[in-house]
Amino acid sequence: MAHRTVAVASASGLHARPAKLFVQEAVRLGVPVTVRLGEKAVPAKSMLGVLSLGAVQGTEVTLEADGPGAEEALDALVSLLSRDLDAEEALDA
Amino acid sequence: MPDTPPGTRPDHGPWTGAAGRLTGLGVSQGRVAGPVVRMAGPPRLPAPRAVADPGAEAATVVKALGELAADLARRATSAQGEAAEILEALAMIADDPLLREEAEGKATGGLDAAHALDAAFAHHRDALAALGGYLAERAADLDDLKHRAVAFALGLPMPGLPSPGHPYVLVAEDLSPADTAGLGDDVLALITERGGPTSHTAILARGRGLPAVVACPEIAGVPDGTIVGVDGTTGEIAVGLSAEEAAEVRERDRAEKARLAASHGPGRTADGHPVKLLLNIGSAADLRPGAEGVGLFRTEFLFLDRTQAPSFEEQVAAYTEVFRQAETVIVRTLDAGTDKPLPFLGLPEETNPALGVRGLRVDRLLPEVLETQLDAIAEAARATGAQAWVMAPMVTTMGEASGFARRARAKGVTRVGVMVEVPAAALRARRLLQELDFLSIGTNDLAQYTFAADRQHSALADLLDPRQPALLELIAMCAEAGREAGKPVGVCGEAAGDPLLAPLLVGLGVTSLSMAPVCVPAVREALAGLTLAECRERARVALD
Repeated sequence: MAHRTVAVASASGLHARPAKLFVQEAVRLGVPVTVRLGEKAVPAKSMLGVLSLGAVQGTEVTLEADGPGAEEALDALVSLLSRDLDAEEALDA
Repeated sequence: MPDTPPGTRPDHGPWTGAAGRLTGLGVSQGRVAGPVVRMAGPPRLPAPRAVADPGAEAATVVKALGELAADLARRATSAQGEAAEILEALAMIADDPLLREEAEGKATGGLDAAHALDAAFAHHRDALAALGGYLAERAADLDDLKHRAVAFALGLPMPGLPSPGHPYVLVAEDLSPADTAGLGDDVLALITERGGPTSHTAILARGRGLPAVVACPEIAGVPDGTIVGVDGTTGEIAVGLSAEEAAEVRERDRAEKARLAASHGPGRTADGHPVKLLLNIGSAADLRPGAEGVGLFRTEFLFLDRTQAPSFEEQVAAYTEVFRQAETVIVRTLDAGTDKPLPFLGLPEETNPALGVRGLRVDRLLPEVLETQLDAIAEAARATGAQAWVMAPMVTTMGEASGFARRARAKGVTRVGVMVEVPAAALRARRLLQELDFLSIGTNDLAQYTFAADRQHSALADLLDPRQPALLELIAMCAEAGREAGKPVGVCGEAAGDPLLAPLLVGLGVTSLSMAPVCVPAVREALAGLTLAECRERARVALD
């Protein structure tokens, strides 16, 4: 089982737009990834699951995956979480 | 003036119709009038029925969710900007594997499709509501999706926006993001029975410049087709206007919009007395052109959800971003406390938080927080060459003020002031200005503490009316002290952004007004229409 721990960098936490981008990426990657925060574990491709973690900026979450493509999928998702997606939105505007 | 009912506009007559007046919470400025059209309500869930073929019910569940997701995705592609983002996110929720598995499971277990969907959505809704804050507000999104999914499953018409074929005032119990995202140009204004200042209705209405009133339960009793006038500033609804009256209101609204769009330049009265028009912001994202600087930079907004204290570097970056874009900035140090908790402070709960450890008082328990913040502000000011003015919130005594000034100056801050929110500070304004460079009056809290009335208490709104002479007298004392010392005394807070109150404050001697960016043009025009002597006369009458 591959796993990574990362702090959520987006200002609004893992809600709203950052949550949407994260789940879209998880769906696109196609590798089943679990997001764990304390006792709670949810599939990364579930918007409701990800929102229900209530992760705010600075919260550390652990991503887990198995099988072929697991490492690459985790790397991609970790790199997404360690960027401030809200700030990037501001630049886009 | 204090006897005038709040919100009436003496220059246009009282805002009321043949069938009277309703009041809600005004959340998006502007005044329009038109006929009321109510949005179709959610589908009624029939009594559960006996299921012969659970597999067929499960298939219906999957199909309903699929159609819902497809419908939302389709609408997302034809929407733009924020509305498109919201619809995309909703489509992803409709497509959520956890939700689908759960609803399918309930159908396989013997519930009919509509009830299976209802139960699965309700479960996730409660989970979000239990988390509180932002996520609790998202719970309403799930209710809306549930209604649409159930309507799909039952083959009922979609609940949603009416299209009466003429401009109308949209009335609803509450508006979901899916509704507000689809609003057409025929919607003149929004009125909802529920909702608050941070609801989607409020945010999207402001973004589109649509007048909106929320939290007005009585609107439920107003029949479709009734012509109402909506004042999104005061939250008042005039019920039962004639077609001529409505046309007049719309004409005035058009003229007003044209006048405000042309407004520009620094703030001054008709005879040229300058009054600085400044912005209240929470971060660089709130900055807008057209003002003369920032009068209130609420730094706590940068760190609201944080569980760890923001680092020095992080703060320098956030302040630098603002300093680069605005000439002068008044930075307020963290205004947090047990009433406005910042999780990273870890303050204990209090029985009476408004009178407890908040604002500068937090420094008694956690001095390092202010140390780091002052260092970061000074560093960002040095790096950008900006004029950073720094003030502390909730200062009560001279001792607190001079202690704060000493520490700020030791860090290299050149302009140090305090917020006047406590009557004790207002009474000592003259003495405060012997050691400070400026004062900024927070009218909302100053009213709360002067009249011993909780800001959030809906039954005490009259006690919080900023036109009361006792409050105006305290403001006048501060302004007079500023005049004597030759130092600026400004007002930030709701009163400064109200075009009726702004001239009065100027008449009291206030030198700057700081407000939400959207309020600047109306305040600029209100001041430009009066001489300083006329402003003083208004103040004199109000104080009487």
